[in-house]
Amino acid sequence: MKLDEITKILNARVICGEENLSREISHVFASDLMSDVLTIDSRNLLLITGLTNVQTIRTSEMADIQNIVIVRNKKVTPEMSEIAIDNKMVILECEFSMFRACGILYAAGMQPVY
Amino acid sequence: MQFEYFINGGDFSKAGQASSQFKKVLQQLNVAPHTIKRIVVALYEAEVNIVAHAFKGKISIELQPDLVSMLLTDEGPGIPDIEKAMEVGYSTASPKVREMGFGAGMGLSNIKNNADLLEITSIVGKGTTLKISVNLSKQE
Repeated sequence: MKLDEITKILNARVICGEENLSREISHVFASDLMSDVLTIDSRNLLLITGLTNVQTIRTSEMADIQNIVIVRNKKVTPEMSEIAIDNKMVILECEFSMFRACGILYAAGMQPVY
Repeated sequence: MQFEYFINGGDFSKAGQASSQFKKVLQQLNVAPHTIKRIVVALYEAEVNIVAHAFKGKISIELQPDLVSMLLTDEGPGIPDIEKAMEVGYSTASPKVREMGFGAGMGLSNIKNNADLLEITSIVGKGTTLKISVNLSKQE
């Protein structure tokens, strides 16, 4: 599923990376624990997290994750989006809880990492 | 090629900058993406450990055609029981570190999983040294 379709079904707002919404996503991982994020295979991955600090973006950068949904109506800081733009990441903000966002994407056919 | 980065303990706003800079170097040198990920995940975990636990630290990296050797030395509390620190789930991280999404007791074991060699030496009350090596010759 492409990121622009994911944006629609999550009723999300695009914070940065609008030019990359045609990226195809096959797998989703949801966690607020960056230590876990650093252990996964990240190809065609979308990360769902409610953790909004610079380390969310740094962790994604190191783990080669380019697509992030921020849930629970948390807001992306300017510092976060600056590093994200630098790394060609797409960041979406979503008002839904993590469970709801995961449920919608799972029902839409997204695969778990494990 | 040699690279040096200096890390301040407690400064989470800058944690990961050294790893980020070194990742860009590896990309410019066309190192395989899978290998870059192993190197920078190990380096980032170790960099975050310095920020989380030490007063200050230094990262020295030697990049050879077939090997990257990373030496991370810090001035800090040291690790009293390295074997215990390697156990998944064991952590002495502060609530502040946990708020940043770390401190789950997975860092050292994740470094070990990504590296071809990990050596830890530590003196309690003085500091800790990590030597991390990753072979560059491995193919995807």
